[in-house]
Amino acid sequence: MATSTINVPNAGPVSGSRSFLAKLRNGDEIARVVTFLFAATVVLIVVLLVYQLWAGSALPRHKFGLSFFISKVWDPIGEEFGALPFIYGTVVTSAVALILAVPLGIGAAIFLAELAPQKISDPLQFFIDLLAAVPSVIYGVLGVFIVIPLMRVWIAPALKATLGFLPLFQGPAYGVGFLTAGIVLAIMIVPYIISVSREVLLSVPRDQREAALALGATRWESTWKVVVPFARTGIMGSIFLALARALGETMAVTMVIGNTPSISASLLAPGYSIAAVIANEFTEATTETYTQAFIELGLVLFLLTFILNGLARLLMMLTASRGSGTGRA
Amino acid sequence: MRRVAGMVVLGLALGGLALAQSSLLINGAGATFPYPIYSKWFDEYHKTNGAQINYQSVGSGAGIKQVTEGNVDFGASDGPMNDEQIKAYRSKNGSGILHFPTVLGAVVPTYNIPGVSVTLNFTPEALSGIFLGRISKWNDPAITGANKGVSLPGNDIVVIHRSDGSGTTYIWTDYLSKVSGDWKDKVSKGTSVSWPVGLGGKGNEGVTGLIKQTPNSIGYVELIYAAQNKILYGTVKNAAGSFVKADLASVTEAAASAVKTMPDDFRVSITNAPGKNAYPISSFTWLLIPEKFKDSAKRDALKGFLKWAITDGQNNVENLSYAKLPKEVVDKELKAIGKVQ
Repeated sequence: MATSTINVPNAGPVSGSRSFLAKLRNGDEIARVVTFLFAATVVLIVVLLVYQLWAGSALPRHKFGLSFFISKVWDPIGEEFGALPFIYGTVVTSAVALILAVPLGIGAAIFLAELAPQKISDPLQFFIDLLAAVPSVIYGVLGVFIVIPLMRVWIAPALKATLGFLPLFQGPAYGVGFLTAGIVLAIMIVPYIISVSREVLLSVPRDQREAALALGATRWESTWKVVVPFARTGIMGSIFLALARALGETMAVTMVIGNTPSISASLLAPGYSIAAVIANEFTEATTETYTQAFIELGLVLFLLTFILNGLARLLMMLTASRGSGTGRA
Repeated sequence: MRRVAGMVVLGLALGGLALAQSSLLINGAGATFPYPIYSKWFDEYHKTNGAQINYQSVGSGAGIKQVTEGNVDFGASDGPMNDEQIKAYRSKNGSGILHFPTVLGAVVPTYNIPGVSVTLNFTPEALSGIFLGRISKWNDPAITGANKGVSLPGNDIVVIHRSDGSGTTYIWTDYLSKVSGDWKDKVSKGTSVSWPVGLGGKGNEGVTGLIKQTPNSIGYVELIYAAQNKILYGTVKNAAGSFVKADLASVTEAAASAVKTMPDDFRVSITNAPGKNAYPISSFTWLLIPEKFKDSAKRDALKGFLKWAITDGQNNVENLSYAKLPKEVVDKELKAIGKVQ
């Protein structure tokens, strides 16, 4: 019997792994490649930024090493540079700003999203968006002409009279200082928290609210115990955004913080922040080490933002409860 | 239609380019203090000479850097370049750089003491003691001793200084370094220093704002700024022992009395000058001109400008509250201009 062999040609690769070029004819693939390039560009810019910050700060890094982070001395003439007072000032003013702005912002967002009628909510939102668009130098001017006298004449004496036993409120009150800068920053970051939190709260599905109400919760209980936890991720996102703005804010802070590189437990004392010292002294920096010290400060601010964001995300992951929306960080 | 429009645009662009290249363009950068008078001068000079001089007031430090890098044709600074910077310029460019004083400025002590609206007298000991943090109350004998008849309160002094790097700070700290050995050792002079005490304000405006807001405060600002904003400022005791209030005449005299000991390169500090009515916290501001120019058109235009500025140009400086150069300095400079090749 003659056997016939049938040559079955090799089946080509299964569809889904056609050649790249063939796929390009399909618009979907082009879109994927282009958007990938855009995303990659952003990552590339960040990498380049960090590289430049690292390379541009070589002199002080070699001269001071890790002592840059713990030294309190900032002496342009003797060329001794230490970042601790600036790190302290940046962290303290941002912390004060968050402590003031977060309850205010989330409270206002809850009101606008849940409790206010549409007629009030929309115009108020318009004003809040306007506030977010005001340039920071205007906030600085507001700080100088309104907050500083208020602080010196009313707020500081009141704080000292009631809470003066705490080291937080001791020492002379000049009007400028950590607390004043914290207040001005809080005013600046509140609109961000309100806008984003309100959007997130509005996007919580109605069934969640209705289910809570159906189970007998009061209006407030359903808002606070069901809706807000559901929107936790978005609200925390708005707080990160606000924190990022507070950490990097330059003009408004330098006009009200007193520009003194010193560390003090008292919130009424003058201080300095990383962004403020760079804005003030960078252009007149005379020697190479001095100039590069500012670049190193920029690197420190970048690291600080990175660490604080990382810590916050860790916090979110650790406290993710079952009731929240996605449970993902 | 589109072709024609395209040709028109191209034609205009080329024409514009040709026009731009026809007049000579010289670039400079540096100190902010003399910016008002420099812009006026460059404008006037352009009308008579045709050369266009473009000046960016980015600060003395930046001006020195830019002229060393060769990004601009000349620089300007409120403080003379130090030996290191001159060496750096020479090693980068192969030849030297020359300093030419153009106008004079001064720094005055301003204060805000509730109940005091008269002009206070300050001795060098009082000023250095206050800024070192040693004198902490307004009724300290060092201050009251020079101000008999004025009742000063026993309040704590709040010191205000500049937070940004500035020529004003350089002049102030240069003066304090001369009158106080302690200041010289502990702080020394510079555009930015490590202040022993005090709050920092950004710019003359920042310092003035803080002084206005803070009772019992003292700070320092440029004379022109104080005069134009009608700020109360004090007198300072000079090396000859008289209390002098800063004004155009006393500042010019400071330069004139220092001319005998002036080095040929004009890099001199005239603070604490010996003259009888000299204001002790005065200073030159300099134009930094390279010794050798590759472009002879630019060189000639700049030399012409300099000659004009220190002679005829001095007629408009007093309108803008700058003090003019004394005749002795002008004569010395006219001779030195020949060094620019």
